[in-house]
Amino acid sequence: MNTPRARGRARSPFWAISVAIVKGFFRDKASVFFALIFPLMFLVLFGGLFNFDSSAKITVVQVGEVSLVDDLPAGAREAFDETFDVTRSRDRAAALEDVRKGDADVMIEQDGDALVAHYTQADQVKAAVTQGTLRAFVDGANVAASGQPPTYSFESERVEDESLEAIQFVTPGLLGWAIAMSASFGAAATLQGWRQSKLMRRLQLSPVPARTIVGARVLVTVLIALVQMAIFLGLGFFAFGLQLTGWWWLSVPLLVLGTLCFMSLGLLAGAVAKTTEGAVNMANFLVLPMAFLSGSFFALDAAPAWLQNVSLVLPLRHLNDGMLDVMVRGAGPEAVVQPAVVLLAFTVAMTALAAKLFRWDAD
Amino acid sequence: MTSETAQSGVAIEATGLRKVYGDLVAVDDVSFSVGSGEIFGILGPNGAGKTTILEMVEGLRRPDAGSCTLLGEASWPRNQRLLPRIGVQLQASAFFERLTAREQLRTFASLYGVGPAQADAWLERVGLGEKADTRTEKLSGGQVQRLAIACALVHEPELVFLDEPTAAIDPQARRNLWDLLRSLNAEGRTLVLTTHYLDEAEALCDRVAIMDRGSILQLDAPAALVRGLDAPVRIFVAPHQVTLDEAAAIEGVDEAVDDESTIVVSTRRPSEVLAELAARGALEGLQVRAATLEDVFLDLTGREYRA
Repeated sequence: MNTPRARGRARSPFWAISVAIVKGFFRDKASVFFALIFPLMFLVLFGGLFNFDSSAKITVVQVGEVSLVDDLPAGAREAFDETFDVTRSRDRAAALEDVRKGDADVMIEQDGDALVAHYTQADQVKAAVTQGTLRAFVDGANVAASGQPPTYSFESERVEDESLEAIQFVTPGLLGWAIAMSASFGAAATLQGWRQSKLMRRLQLSPVPARTIVGARVLVTVLIALVQMAIFLGLGFFAFGLQLTGWWWLSVPLLVLGTLCFMSLGLLAGAVAKTTEGAVNMANFLVLPMAFLSGSFFALDAAPAWLQNVSLVLPLRHLNDGMLDVMVRGAGPEAVVQPAVVLLAFTVAMTALAAKLFRWDAD
Repeated sequence: MTSETAQSGVAIEATGLRKVYGDLVAVDDVSFSVGSGEIFGILGPNGAGKTTILEMVEGLRRPDAGSCTLLGEASWPRNQRLLPRIGVQLQASAFFERLTAREQLRTFASLYGVGPAQADAWLERVGLGEKADTRTEKLSGGQVQRLAIACALVHEPELVFLDEPTAAIDPQARRNLWDLLRSLNAEGRTLVLTTHYLDEAEALCDRVAIMDRGSILQLDAPAALVRGLDAPVRIFVAPHQVTLDEAAAIEGVDEAVDDESTIVVSTRRPSEVLAELAARGALEGLQVRAATLEDVFLDLTGREYRA
């Protein structure tokens, strides 16, 4: 039974502090909203905007005989025509040029038994619809030819660049921003709040070493980041058809490093600011412009070169690039090395600076 | 009282503590010692340097000069052997955000390897059993102070520091807290507290250090401080009992003044004067006011005490 002196069931200090921080976080509706819900709203907004904005027909230039399209049964042909506006051309090069210029959305031709579609990513929605619809027709034709080995196959070749379907692009970038926000806000608010309430002083007078307290705060922030990631990927996958590429899980260690990096940014804001609100505002002031410049909301491809170069000094740019590469661009471990080094360097530098600037007394 | 500290006898030994902030000498060459089992008060108006002294003694601040040992161990630099033996309540409400009273106390207990049962027992002891599930932010001032004291005591320390434990709470809650502090002391714990309430120091402390502007002006038992003052006792005689001239003529009266028809008599021989007043049947509505620490402070600094 419980005796007042029972000592056996004490939680470890590390665990006790972690649990206290977790409870404090989830009971603060504003924190939860800004860390978990707010970025998701952007994901839904961006994913929704870019994915369902297709009204116009897709213009197709057909070069030569394409038996799949030519031999469609009447009903299927009707359905096909609802999506595509087909013109024929004999000049393959001119047709490709039309696609390149954006005068046509896609060029199709038959190579052996393969239906080959050339399209651009200029309009990502149309590109996605083209790919999906053509694939569906090919699959349909294959099913129709049941019992036989597949008569047709579908290949798509990109003409223009390696840009990505909206959700593919938006997910890693918004995730990077979400992590940057929650990690920096959390660290800034904790440093300032605990200093103001003298909790930090109180903990200093307990026998618990500083590394235990810092470790608990880091653990909780990393766990929140992983929850954010799970929600992002889950929503992206189930609601918007997000497709992850082979080494996507390398984004997990990258995310942890990103969390540390932005915690150190938050520490810096917390060390400089005089109030908790000031610290969070300062973190926001640093993170939000950084998110724009780092391609969290839209691709930097269209930005001027100097701006792209400027963005390379921002840690979030490297986090976003690394996550984009491994999550959706099919890159391997080599793609995370440079971002990891950059993030670590920022973490060390900003933590050292924060430690130098930190003052125990608020006044 | 644990036998170890009872033998050593000294809980705190502070020597020549000094702290300077820019041009301001916050604490200037302060030395004192506290015996185990004492309630030791540091009394002074706001800004006198009480908290700075306490923080140097606790080991939170490095003194610019001087040193301090607690229970035989140096308190600076941070000393992991010492920390479990001391308990600390800081002036601000140093709590984790958005935890209930029970969760706060259990969390602090865990920092010292103390289990939840003992934490819950302390919650009852400070009278917060019914508030166990209330968030700290929703507790009243007195409840917050009691929770902070429970957090300081949950690991059963020998030496307890309380910085303004009764600041900003109502008189009834203050008296309840005094009872709690006395009971902690009765168990043999050494208590060091700062206060800017003279009556609190007088009622609670075995010895008091009176501080002003970073220095200790006097240090002794409250009663001894007042005795040493050689201040007159003031007797307030209700209106129309005696005339001013009659009062002034009584043997032993130093001075008599008429304060809105109440006659105020100052004397250093109060028993004789009171006997004479009794003989004249002037006791109805009579009040006697002995010198207090307030008079001591006035005498030491030449100015009225303002908390």
